[in-house]
Amino acid sequence: MSERVFEGAATVRQLPQRGMITVRGDMTDLAKAVKVPAQGTVAGNVAWMSPDELLVMCPHEEVGAQIDALRAKLIGTHHLVEDVSDARAIFEISDGETLAKLCPVDVARMEPGRFRRTRLAQIACAFWKKEDGSFELVCFSSVADYAWGVLSNAAATPVAHFSG
Amino acid sequence: MSTRLAQGGRFIDRSSKLNFSFNGRKLAGYSGDTLASALLANDQMLMGRSFKYHRPRSVVTSDASEPNALFNLGREGSFEPNARGTMTELFGGLSAESQNHFPSLEFDVGAINAKLSRFLPAGFYYKMFIHPRPFWKHIYEPFIRKSAGLGRAPKARDESTYEHFYAFCDLLVVGGGVAGLQAALTAGRAGKDVLLLEQTENWGGRAPVDDIEIDGKPAGDWVDAAVAELASMPNVKTRLRTMGAGVYDHGYVLGYERLTDHSSGAGPRHRLWRIRAGHIVTATGAIERPLSFAGNDVPGVVLASAVRDYVVNWGVSLGDRTVVVTNNDDAYRTAIALKRAGVEVPLILDARAAGGGVLAEEAKALGIRVENGKGIAEVKGGKRVSGVAICAQAGEGATLEEIACDVVAMSGGWSPVVHLWSHCGGKLTWDADAVMFKPDPEKGPIGADGTSFVSTAGAASGVLSTADVLADATGKAGGGDVPSASDPEMAAIEPVWMMPQGASYELRSKAWLDFQNDVKVSDVQLAAQEGFESVEHAKRYTTLGMATDQGKLSNINGLSVLSNALGSDIPQVGTTTFRPPYTPISMGAIAGEARGEIFQPLRKTPMHGWHEENGAHWEPVGHWRRPYTFLLEGETVEEAVSREVKNTRQALGFLDASTLGKIIVKGPDAGKFLDMMYTNMMSNLKPGRCRYGLMCTENGFLTDDGVVARIDDDTWLCHTTSGGADHIHQHMEEWLQTEWWDWKVFTANVTEQYAQIAVVGPNARKVLEKLGGMDVSAEALPFMGWADGALAGIKVRAYRISFSGELSYEIAVPAAQGRALWDALHEAGEEFGAMPYGTEALHIMRAEKGFIMIGDETDGTVIPQDLGLHWAISRKKEDFLGKRAQARSFMDNPDRWQLVGLETLDGSVIPDGAYAVADGVNANGQRNVQGRVTSTYHSPTLNRGIAMGLVHNGPDRMGEVVTFPKVGGGEVKAKIVSPVFYDPEGEKQNV
Amino acid sequence: MLILSCPNCGELKDETELSAGGEAHLTRFGPGSSDSDFEGYLFNRENPKGVHFERWRCSSGCGKWFHAARCTATNEVFGTYSAQVTEPPQEIRDVVSAKRPGWTWRDLS
Repeated sequence: MSERVFEGAATVRQLPQRGMITVRGDMTDLAKAVKVPAQGTVAGNVAWMSPDELLVMCPHEEVGAQIDALRAKLIGTHHLVEDVSDARAIFEISDGETLAKLCPVDVARMEPGRFRRTRLAQIACAFWKKEDGSFELVCFSSVADYAWGVLSNAAATPVAHFSG
Repeated sequence: MSTRLAQGGRFIDRSSKLNFSFNGRKLAGYSGDTLASALLANDQMLMGRSFKYHRPRSVVTSDASEPNALFNLGREGSFEPNARGTMTELFGGLSAESQNHFPSLEFDVGAINAKLSRFLPAGFYYKMFIHPRPFWKHIYEPFIRKSAGLGRAPKARDESTYEHFYAFCDLLVVGGGVAGLQAALTAGRAGKDVLLLEQTENWGGRAPVDDIEIDGKPAGDWVDAAVAELASMPNVKTRLRTMGAGVYDHGYVLGYERLTDHSSGAGPRHRLWRIRAGHIVTATGAIERPLSFAGNDVPGVVLASAVRDYVVNWGVSLGDRTVVVTNNDDAYRTAIALKRAGVEVPLILDARAAGGGVLAEEAKALGIRVENGKGIAEVKGGKRVSGVAICAQAGEGATLEEIACDVVAMSGGWSPVVHLWSHCGGKLTWDADAVMFKPDPEKGPIGADGTSFVSTAGAASGVLSTADVLADATGKAGGGDVPSASDPEMAAIEPVWMMPQGASYELRSKAWLDFQNDVKVSDVQLAAQEGFESVEHAKRYTTLGMATDQGKLSNINGLSVLSNALGSDIPQVGTTTFRPPYTPISMGAIAGEARGEIFQPLRKTPMHGWHEENGAHWEPVGHWRRPYTFLLEGETVEEAVSREVKNTRQALGFLDASTLGKIIVKGPDAGKFLDMMYTNMMSNLKPGRCRYGLMCTENGFLTDDGVVARIDDDTWLCHTTSGGADHIHQHMEEWLQTEWWDWKVFTANVTEQYAQIAVVGPNARKVLEKLGGMDVSAEALPFMGWADGALAGIKVRAYRISFSGELSYEIAVPAAQGRALWDALHEAGEEFGAMPYGTEALHIMRAEKGFIMIGDETDGTVIPQDLGLHWAISRKKEDFLGKRAQARSFMDNPDRWQLVGLETLDGSVIPDGAYAVADGVNANGQRNVQGRVTSTYHSPTLNRGIAMGLVHNGPDRMGEVVTFPKVGGGEVKAKIVSPVFYDPEGEKQNV
Repeated sequence: MLILSCPNCGELKDETELSAGGEAHLTRFGPGSSDSDFEGYLFNRENPKGVHFERWRCSSGCGKWFHAARCTATNEVFGTYSAQVTEPPQEIRDVVSAKRPGWTWRDLS
């Protein structure tokens, strides 16, 4: 996927491909392989997706090795580890108001580390707040152009609500 | 004449002059004007025509309740009909036109309807246009269509943009008058997250107009201080020009913000606020009611509060001589304000025999003549008030005196704006003393926790004195310090529903209730007489309150007239239902960002860009766009499809099959689970092998199909249809989570992780061998097998499966490398005659082979047995989804239509969806039918029309000829044959 | 426009993030069941004005199913709970009993 940048009231950036691995299993089992973040958060390179699913992120070139390592650590448990890197697009959004135009989520009260699965206008997405106050958002790669379209459209003008 | 006074006008900036146009005339106003105030300042009292009688119309109000002053604004892509002039902020270059007149505003031929008014009574639509029947189509309907509507529908595409915004708060306050400001201050000081909305461009509401003092200073100063304090609170957010449009379940509120309507600024025109509030305080104020007297619709008859607003807020006098007519004390404020502004008030008519209180005394002290127990018999004048005939309120309308005037300021009392309270179920109670319906605080709209999530504050609660308003608002926002306020003591209001109370029919038929839809007192009385006892029925019969203003001024007066006519009490008649939005909001705001390129998501495969560059003629498949065919220069679509089929069958074709659903199912119980999901057995599939499977709903009907591959001991990969990927994955998860939650199975939808390319045709193996990297021989990779490997240096998984009947491989590759493999295949395939093909060639080739297509052969009522797929239904399995349903008597029935092939006798193509007719007619006199076509194509391979269809006893009738009538006449005859038209032995795919 | 708390991910979800799944606690009848049992399982549903137990999916979210106890007349929500139970848990029934004394639903009360 192509990297691209939009600069308006907020900045939207489509980031280069990142390694992403869906890991499913009982959380107590998964704890043998990764540091499991608290419900609704992202910690380090691991995001809490659902009570039996984590998303592990890594540099794209390390996906194969990561998957092998995860599967090795989970031997003997009922689990599923699948590469989904190519099924995802990832964006960086500098300002929460852009997301609040598109997602039915109380973005203003999100703390850094908070991870939220929701919808971005008409598509599924997940986004989280980073320490610097910006956000990262993932969606399916087939709709990357749509996500880019709605995000850059929303980032064009300010609402002046969060700060105003 | 109406004119700008030399002084006054809180809102206008006389140093900032703005030019605008009305019906092509160049006019000027000031910054801070509304379109209505600017027109009045230019003596443009006549502003439009009414809906039914085309009566001359001017402003009645100064606010959102305005029924009359509606305009077409802007041109072309910024055109907006039915804009209320009272809510339209003036800006330089604004262009407005009046509505509903022909040929001109001043001279309108439709006004003849008014002369015919006794022939156009309530319900005239229902009465007049029944007979004679032929008149409906040729005379009545064209007439109604021409008359209908006020503004024109825009013709050009809207050039503005719109957006949504999701906001969350502890407390939402709707309305920025003193009640709303006080509520926001109270909650803000208590540390709550507060959002305060005000629909106009100004804070403060009516209090600054009404000469009130709060905390010992003029209300306007208190408002300024309140706004400043709110601005200093980080937990309080405020928005002007944002209307609370509707209240919905669980604290959901729509706010409608007008961003650039008042300017020619850039950015979105409207923003729809989608607010979730912990609690909502509606401080929406009250609306003044008109009085019902003859001629109350003549331009110049205006609500008393509005007359006062125009003087105080915009420095506009509506006329030289204003007669005030009232049943309450508040209207005296208008007389006093006018007198102080130097405008003559020859007379105040107070319908109450005992007259008013301290304000009345003040008016008298200013030298204004006050007549108690008197009212207006009739207003004189046509396009403008010229005078009033005075009568006793208690009488029948005998004229006592005539007074010359050009404005009548009327007040029938105040009705709380209860719309937002009522939208989600808040109940009302009738206060006979205050003469109003007001919210019943015990019966508010119920929220998620079972308690009321809406409170009303101030005038919206039914309290009218400023001291009470501030106390109510403070309490509703959680309690705190209440500012003091000075209010004059008010004498009691008296209900006046008709003026005079014994008005004759002649007077009643000139007394308007609904100014926009032309509903008069006599119309509602006629409806009651004809048996329309329910207020909802009477509303629809008379059209009272059904215009764009939704009866803000007319509802209470109308239902009071109805209750009098029925001889029942007002609370028994009740109100009509209040529905959102409070005033109309733009369609653009509702759509938000969803237009143009981002109207809806468009899913793209990794090869989408290649397709775009190579002549793809697109077909929507769900949200995907798939190439229907690839057009070469000069080709028609039919020619291209035919070429693709022939080329694939004779040489080599590539299909982008990436959209195919791919679901990983893994775990110790995965085999058991798939045996439940599919009609056939999947648990005994060997690793490395593929099997075609069918999925049914629990109701037995075929819902999806696809090839399942067993990856390893506890992992399967299920292919689904392109349209089915998401819902089949959800279907699996639903059964795992809600029925068999103790089974150890995980699923993952990896549809988009892999690009998939079908490499099809006699040369398929050759091109793969040329790419090199894995053994694709018949021995190493037999039909219905799969293998991992590499091609052209790219890691792939190759499935030996065929949907065309040709030698075929489906190559799955991580999506990011899909384009690279696609390019490599084309390059290597050139010498083998490779061409891409689209979905139509795919469909034709599968139909030539008699393969079913979900959505063509199935429609939600077809079971696998109907399609001759018994071989794919396990007899060994005790259970699978749909098994019990298929055992029902009407499923296991030889009379069900079954799949056959259809070969036309003349080689033509049977029309899509055609039915095969049988002898005789059914109970409705329609031809009996015995089958229908499910897929029909011209086969380039066989060069004739082929079809598949479901036919009664079809498989037992091979060789019989059935007849398919065509739409528009003619018929096609077709022979019943096997659905496998091409290579029935399957020799080509198994090489 | 309801808001329900998903017991699986703990998020307060807007109705537009959820999918409704109809009546809760159906018993599946498969092969060998009587026609009337199968008909009841597939087609017959409660249509109460008042207390109702229903299925929801956190579709724009964690993707998991859950149950909700809701008043269909007022939209009051008595609670949400796991999809992996065959009848409402006692603590949910206690809340319903406290707020709607005398409630009944199928053979529950």
